[in-house]
Amino acid sequence: MSEKVEKDEISGTQTTGHEWDGIKELDTPMPRWWLWTMYGTIIWAIGYWIVMPAWPMISSYTSGFLGYSSRGVLEEELKEANAAHAADREALLKADLNKVHDNAQLYQFAVRGGKSAFAVNCSQCHGSGAQGAPGYPNLNDDDWLWGGNVDTIYQTIRYGIRSDHEDTRVGEMPAFVTSEMLDKNQVNDAAEYVLSLSGRDTDKEAAARGQAVFKENCASCHGENAKGGRDFGAPNLTDAIWFYGGDKKTILRTISKGRHGVMPAWINRLDDVTIRELTLYVHSLGGGE
Amino acid sequence: MNLLWLAFTLIGAVLGVLLSARAVDPVMMMHGLLFSIAAVLSAFALISRHYKYIGASLLEDNGSGINYNVDIVKAGVIASTFWGIVGFTVGLVIALQLTFPVLNFDLPWTNFGRLRPLHTSAVIFAFGGNVLIATSFHVVQRTCRTRLAGDIAPWFVFWGYQLFIVLAATGYVLGVTQSKEYAEPEWYVDIWLTLVWVVYLLVFLATLWKRQEKHIYVANWFYLAFIVTIAMLHIVNNLSLPVSFAGVKSYSLFAGVQSALTQWWYGHNAVGFFLTAGFLGIMYYFIPKRANRPVYSYRLSIIHFWALIFLYIWAGPHHLHYTALPDWAQTLGMTFSIMLWMPSWGGMINGLMTLSGVWDKLRTDPVIRFLVASVAFYGMSTFEGPLMSIKAVNALSHYTDWTIGHVHSGALGWVAYISFGALYFLVPVLWKRKSLYSDALVNLHFWISTIGILLYITAMWVSGILQGLMWRAYDSFGFLEYSFSETVEAMHPFYLIRALGGVLFLLGALIMAYNLWRTARGDVREKEKGSLVLNMEMVGAR
Repeated sequence: MSEKVEKDEISGTQTTGHEWDGIKELDTPMPRWWLWTMYGTIIWAIGYWIVMPAWPMISSYTSGFLGYSSRGVLEEELKEANAAHAADREALLKADLNKVHDNAQLYQFAVRGGKSAFAVNCSQCHGSGAQGAPGYPNLNDDDWLWGGNVDTIYQTIRYGIRSDHEDTRVGEMPAFVTSEMLDKNQVNDAAEYVLSLSGRDTDKEAAARGQAVFKENCASCHGENAKGGRDFGAPNLTDAIWFYGGDKKTILRTISKGRHGVMPAWINRLDDVTIRELTLYVHSLGGGE
Repeated sequence: MNLLWLAFTLIGAVLGVLLSARAVDPVMMMHGLLFSIAAVLSAFALISRHYKYIGASLLEDNGSGINYNVDIVKAGVIASTFWGIVGFTVGLVIALQLTFPVLNFDLPWTNFGRLRPLHTSAVIFAFGGNVLIATSFHVVQRTCRTRLAGDIAPWFVFWGYQLFIVLAATGYVLGVTQSKEYAEPEWYVDIWLTLVWVVYLLVFLATLWKRQEKHIYVANWFYLAFIVTIAMLHIVNNLSLPVSFAGVKSYSLFAGVQSALTQWWYGHNAVGFFLTAGFLGIMYYFIPKRANRPVYSYRLSIIHFWALIFLYIWAGPHHLHYTALPDWAQTLGMTFSIMLWMPSWGGMINGLMTLSGVWDKLRTDPVIRFLVASVAFYGMSTFEGPLMSIKAVNALSHYTDWTIGHVHSGALGWVAYISFGALYFLVPVLWKRKSLYSDALVNLHFWISTIGILLYITAMWVSGILQGLMWRAYDSFGFLEYSFSETVEAMHPFYLIRALGGVLFLLGALIMAYNLWRTARGDVREKEKGSLVLNMEMVGAR
């Protein structure tokens, strides 16, 4: 236990005289810049406490001279944002959706608002660019299941498809095998026929048998010419655009087990202005009729 | 033989079997059994130890005058290296999962949500905790010039802590969690850790009590602050009511914003007292020791110690800016974080300035390079921390990858580097080797992992700020610009860079493990014979 204060040769500073396992300590004073910066932060903190809400009291807290509250700031910002949109929202609510296009400024407002609302509410299924995914339609093309004009899009967004709303759009792609309406051979023939519709190589005999199956079971919704039917949301089967997938395996799966994808009804979740914005945005994507 | 300890193991074995037999869920059944097996193994170890030591005096002089407990520190060094590699590996796995979600494998046990706490607990508690226990046991003996207090007790701390790690980790993978960040283990694991921790505190205090030095060295102040405060934080934050004493599930005593505040009082001080105060204890011993220089300023060490201890405990609310937490609490969290800046830097100054006069050692001693780089990273992240606590900055950085980058500049740069430095120092000392197996491998480890860290934190800075800006981007009409998935997509390249950084860091740790293993075996790399930095303890020069 050495208690011998000595001078460190390298630094010229005295040690404290303590030593532990060979470790000594220098008696260097605290760096001034360090000390003054620390005092500075303390003074700044005290100043901040004076002007901002800071210390808890018995039943309240010191509220600070600036009268700041994060709730207050939020309310203020919301009020400003709402005020900035108020006139356009009012106009959009009253406008005939088919005629908004004539008012360039309002139309731009609606489409931008729709894009933003789409990103928050719709992109999860339809994709950020509305490009869709298997089971979720691409909204950029002109291949519409239920119709692509402003009114039909508006209705689809409001009430949904196979949603829980009573005014929902309803269409049924039955599960032909599961419900024993067709056997597996018939489904295979029908699938071959469907493949032939979009001009692909198929087993010609099976496709010919499949045509009969199609006529009896499918044509009522998809149409005699298989070009689809919007009353039932039945896709066009003669083009290259596929909803769930156009390879044989997927077509077999679709016919055998049916498809019952759901688009939610937004009428109770979003206000009418937002739904109108969404309608015009989706309509603007390229395929609007 | 210490009959009391043997009695404890038997009670433990019976308790474990009982829990297992009466268990209301499969995890408790497994954990009860695991506990029992551990207790029975301990009983055997106690008995065999008894016969081994019959006739041999434990207080045998080893030449230095004091019979230091070296074995416990050796065990800690091995455990630290092992858990470090486990923790880094799991970190790499989850970094890759974020880059390529298919690597979740759609299985509950390999899901990111379960592996993430496995990573954080493995690196903080398993790796960091073992480093802290091992180094504190080493430092307290040497700086008090007395053998570690207790004969069985230190081993109970060591093995009890490993059991805690295993119970926690297996629980996470099987879906058992309290859902509190860094405090995920359920009530029964918490109770076990409390028991282990109290014995740890007693061993440490008893060693200080019987010290042969008049004063207590500064490293021990930091270790003691760490042990005491962690006990307090752990107990308060984990207060909960088990649904059944034979089941894993419990409910926290806190709810709502009180729960959030308690959680971040705990969470931030886990950083403050586990990852800062504890590791400053390491810094205060190993830097002067390795540099063979006196500590720069005794006065600075006193002032920054007490300032750090007093201020840190208030800073937690900065994790809850712009939430339901009252404004006044947010203000206090922020202002105390700012005031914490200089007290944190006091440690950096003392660490770096201790090198004054011997800066050339940075060139000649790669172990010093680890120690100094760690202090530099410490300085950087303790500046970044107060900066991020400012509400205006936090509005951008909160919930983004910037936070992850900040944490890792501290975790990889500071915590891991100071630990690597300490491990490289300790192995030759403990195994009585003249030097490490290879200094060139230490150098390789240093550069490879430094590049890894830089890739990691720069990727997360860019990704985090990009993410924050995308979230708040509005168009000219005041509408939000991006969908959430677009912001996720934008982060993909940075996630890849981050994972690459993780690969390098893990690779470095594997090189270290190899080097330490060869050193412990007594090997010296042929090429480097004659040029290796010598272990001062061995050559006797102080």
